Amino acid sequence: MSEMLHAQNVAKSFTLHTQGSVTIPVFEGIEFMLSAGDCIALTGESGSGKSTFMRMLYANYTCSQGSIKVFHDGDWLDITTASPHSILEIRKRTLGYVSQFLRVIPRVPTLDIVAEPLVALGTDRTAATEKARDLLTRLRIPERLWQLSPLTFSGGEQQRVNIARGFIADYPIMLLDEPTASLDAQNRATVLALIEEAKSRGAAIAGIFHDHETRDAVCTGSFDVTSFKVGAND
Amino acid sequence: MTQMNEPLLRVDNLTMMYGDRVGCKDVSFELRPGEVLGIVGESGSGKSTLLRSISAQQEPTKGVVEYQTRIDGVRDVYQMSEAQRRLLMRTDWAFVHQNPRDGLRMNVSAGANIGERLMAIGDRHYGNIRSNADSWLGKVEIASERLDDLPSTFSGGMQQRLQIARNLVTSPRLVFMDEPTGGLDVSVQARLLDLLRGLVHDLNLAVIIVTHDLAVARLLSHRLMVMQQGKVIEHGLTDQVLDDPQHPYTQLLVSSILQN
Repeated sequence: MSEMLHAQNVAKSFTLHTQGSVTIPVFEGIEFMLSAGDCIALTGESGSGKSTFMRMLYANYTCSQGSIKVFHDGDWLDITTASPHSILEIRKRTLGYVSQFLRVIPRVPTLDIVAEPLVALGTDRTAATEKARDLLTRLRIPERLWQLSPLTFSGGEQQRVNIARGFIADYPIMLLDEPTASLDAQNRATVLALIEEAKSRGAAIAGIFHDHETRDAVCTGSFDVTSFKVGAND
Repeated sequence: MTQMNEPLLRVDNLTMMYGDRVGCKDVSFELRPGEVLGIVGESGSGKSTLLRSISAQQEPTKGVVEYQTRIDGVRDVYQMSEAQRRLLMRTDWAFVHQNPRDGLRMNVSAGANIGERLMAIGDRHYGNIRSNADSWLGKVEIASERLDDLPSTFSGGMQQRLQIARNLVTSPRLVFMDEPTGGLDVSVQARLLDLLRGLVHDLNLAVIIVTHDLAVARLLSHRLMVMQQGKVIEHGLTDQVLDDPQHPYTQLLVSSILQN
């Protein structure tokens, strides 16, 4: 399978200047690879840095060392050194991310928020909205809520809006941070189906999944972040 | 497409001194068409000084501001003639002030406020000017029947939207904004943010927005510049600067946000 993302010798530490400039080393020597059709579960106990690593893959967090190369538009680009313009382009067309938090402008209707990534890619607004409707329907968000801002929704509904937004564009690489965390069985099944569809179209996926059943159902492999914690191999 | 990647604005080593006191020092950056740059920092950090020096309102002590003009290619803004610079400022550039009273003429109607910028660039057909003004009122969500009313009869949020309409009617490519949501209550602020983001996207505007509100900066800007004591201490992708700040002052700024 063709390689889509490759992290080499990646290290991360945080320096907390407001707390006596203490430096907290987190990772060192990470080697990680994703290929088309993969769904790799990032594993490790709570607090081990799974989300931190995922944020590094999205260039939301900087790396202290190493490179994270992403296959974007036929070229390999290192997101640890790429310009903000390039990173925004990579996120727009190549790298999707479903976070645990919904961050949107108040007042914007749910339908528009879900359709936005496709509109940004140049898809006609009507077609993008049509796809947004399909996804919201599949994820059981009642139609009467579509014209409201999701900021008024329950946690589980917001999570599903986030998933709809994350899956509306066919990103070649997808990062999923606990996509099934606050969902009931039916909606979890829908998310698993969405992940399967993404895999079969050739997406390379890395995910954090809180339960074994989800992991066993969709993942093709796993990656234990704890083995790259600073001091893990001492 | 090459033009998309060429900078619209280039600022090189800009320094503004007030006697011995530093307004802003050695600021350099580039801005591309359609790109939104946020400038954050506490009061007195030099944000507004920098904005005034870039936007040709106050000649800097040192440094260069270059702009990709529509007709003459790249020009040094402070080497242009006064007339050329004024034309640039009222056509291809726009400036949205924190207080709409600084950007509007309060003693003429809403329609005249919008029409004035069109007349300044040579539009003389009254009917066209009026219909253009009316369509812009619609874009900023002000009812047509308010076209002939004075801005002083408008609420603060409406005045701010009118100021935006007045500024955008000439189809500028670069907009400077100084705390545009500053004096507004939160519900009005949300509406304005939504409106601004839509306009920026639809019109492919390049924007430099000064704000002390990190939430506003996060929602609107692609890149963020953090200023302290006149200097840029951190500059990068907005979410990276806010979520993984490297400089002590940025860390302090981010950790001081109230959670709700």
